[in-house]
Amino acid sequence: MEGNTETNLTMSGADAILRVLEEQGVEVIFGYPGGAILPIYDSLFKSNSIKHILVRHEQAAVHAAEGYARSTGKVGVVLVTSGPGATNAVTGLTDALMDSVPIVCLSGQVPTHLIGNDAFQEADTTGITRPCTKHNYLVKESEKLCSTLHEAFHVARSGRPGPVVVDLPKDIQLSECEYINRQDRHGRRYKPIMNPEKNKIIEVAKLLINAKKPIIYGGGGIINSGPEASNLLRELVELVEIPTTLTLMGLGALPHDNKFFLGMLGMHGTYEANLSMYNCDVMLNIGARFDDRITGNLKEFSPNSKKIHIDIDPSSINKSVPVDIPIISDAGSALKELIYELKKLKFKNSENRIGVWLRQINEWRSRKCLDFNQTGKIIKPQYAIKRLFEKTKNIETYITTEVGQHQMWAAQYYGFSKPNRWMTSGGLGTMGYGLPSAMGVQIAHPEKLVIDISGEASFLMNMQELSTLKQYKLPVKVFIINNQWMGMVRQWQQLIHGGRYSESYTDSLPDFKSLAESFGLEGLRAENVDQLDGVIDQMMESKSAVLCDIQVAKEENCFPMIPSGAAHYDMLLGPEDKQNKKVSKDGLALV
Amino acid sequence: MSQNQEIRCTLSVLVDNEPGVLARVIGLFSGRGYNIESLTVAEIDTKVSISRISIVTCGTPMVIEQIKAQLRRLVPVHDVDDLSDNSIHVERELALVKIVNTGSNRIEALRIAQSFRAHTVDSTLDSFVFEITGTSSKLAAFINLMKAIGDVEIARSGVCAMSRGKISNLKQRDDML
Repeated sequence: MEGNTETNLTMSGADAILRVLEEQGVEVIFGYPGGAILPIYDSLFKSNSIKHILVRHEQAAVHAAEGYARSTGKVGVVLVTSGPGATNAVTGLTDALMDSVPIVCLSGQVPTHLIGNDAFQEADTTGITRPCTKHNYLVKESEKLCSTLHEAFHVARSGRPGPVVVDLPKDIQLSECEYINRQDRHGRRYKPIMNPEKNKIIEVAKLLINAKKPIIYGGGGIINSGPEASNLLRELVELVEIPTTLTLMGLGALPHDNKFFLGMLGMHGTYEANLSMYNCDVMLNIGARFDDRITGNLKEFSPNSKKIHIDIDPSSINKSVPVDIPIISDAGSALKELIYELKKLKFKNSENRIGVWLRQINEWRSRKCLDFNQTGKIIKPQYAIKRLFEKTKNIETYITTEVGQHQMWAAQYYGFSKPNRWMTSGGLGTMGYGLPSAMGVQIAHPEKLVIDISGEASFLMNMQELSTLKQYKLPVKVFIINNQWMGMVRQWQQLIHGGRYSESYTDSLPDFKSLAESFGLEGLRAENVDQLDGVIDQMMESKSAVLCDIQVAKEENCFPMIPSGAAHYDMLLGPEDKQNKKVSKDGLALV
Repeated sequence: MSQNQEIRCTLSVLVDNEPGVLARVIGLFSGRGYNIESLTVAEIDTKVSISRISIVTCGTPMVIEQIKAQLRRLVPVHDVDDLSDNSIHVERELALVKIVNTGSNRIEALRIAQSFRAHTVDSTLDSFVFEITGTSSKLAAFINLMKAIGDVEIARSGVCAMSRGKISNLKQRDDML
């Protein structure tokens, strides 16, 4: 019942694997060879259709694939060897799971007869990666090789996307195998719900029309749904004129300069976004998951609102925040239906519908919570990012970040107008994500400007990838906000641990300029505010990868901040705000 | 506040009988901090390789909903049925209870076993092994009585459960193959 015209197409397992990749539309693989994966590398050597990017560490291979996937919407593919190859990939896989990034990771494994024997470079890869993948497979029979790989791609990209590992014993790669085409039946076992229930959408439309203090809270689900969903979000926001906030993962789903955009919400979100969340009467959550960075103190999270939650993953609904209308659906199709129903109800916005609410929000906005003072010669980190944004905003730019203060400042001060332009490690908070991720983005968009907004400590975690940048002539720009501290750790130690700066100072930093040059790349340095613009210009003009050492104020803190365990109304707005607020005992235990 | 009260719940889960599927289910429970009171698993359809896992767990209603949603998210899981939802289901557990004693207590053990409809599956001059099936609470009652009159060793199967009425349909699965 195969309906397959190409019958009896036999080839080696390794060749069949590459053929599956071709059929799945894979153009590029990020990987690192080793003993147990050699047959696939051998097939790769003979094939011209798929480009392989040789990274310098397997963690970077996964992050690069993530950057590729998040900036294109395609599945990112990783190829690693057994044992240490696979274990090195674990951080990247966990990162992709937390941020719902579609990845297929092929790992070599010792031959089937040696599995369980403590063989050289053997690790229980499926056991280790079970909790950090959406699904994983160990292929023990060559008859199942092709169908397993096709299903792996289907699982990775469908529903809520995520990483899938296929562990491939060496004898399976070498054995003879019958090629099986991609068929619909490979998708039958995993069938996520994609479309909303109509009656619920009608209910939502009516709630939005009658709300007095509504807010839309959008997340990464909108980005993952594809660019059309972001267009639909804008259409909805402009139709109902409801203030909208986005999570860290959702930035770009609504243009930053849209007049209904309140900025990012959550721990380092804006005053107006968080207070609107606290005070609203109807909350429409589209593709976000009430993460603890967003909600703060759950007991005091938006106490008086009716909550609508649209999510493609049923397990995200009612996990931490009970909602009134749960809707399981892809963000894009739910938005489409919602706009349709609103139009059918002949919704017309009137000036005074939510006028009081908008005036209230404008009052909060007038606190200008993101203001800072650039005085003196020392560069403020906020200023550096603001200048970077000003200078790059008119060209298509892709931004990745590492994790820490610079990441939050980038989210606050860099404005995004389109989806898929912002790649950051949100859920897992992986330092070292930004540089390899930028590599993947640059591979997908060779002509575009790709900038990794980095911190000096995070950068050191995956800096070996400078060598990859050189090899493939990838003109990635690394913009290091260098304050010589693990800034976010230092900030918490200052605010919560009595200023006892335990092990958060990065001593013995390299000379970043010479470091870049030693890899054959360009290095730039800005030591004071007068040099900043020149360095940014030079960086943008360069055809090479550039490492910019932006030496900034050392002890600047990231504000606004909701201290852990506090509620949305309990924000620290700036350094002068901290005296009267103490972190609760419960809050101290939170991360 | 019934929302914060822990409830006991029996889940019947149909899964593909493939390597690692039990590890996936158990890993989900341990990784997310859910309780397992008992868990049984066996293949129930060899033709299409389907196993039924019966899980007894407890948690607040919100946690139970999470457990079900998380289970449904696993690729090899076909169906998660919350049997406690409408309480029309049957639950049975099997126990083997060995008792070592002498004299009148030995006769008493036999008498109690009889009234619980336990079968004697093995006997020596100073021991019996009883097989008893029933609800978990019936088993517990029996075991408690036995403990009072001798040295006792126990093996329990965990709860096996199923809904009343209609057949859970596996036909869809047939279409897939």
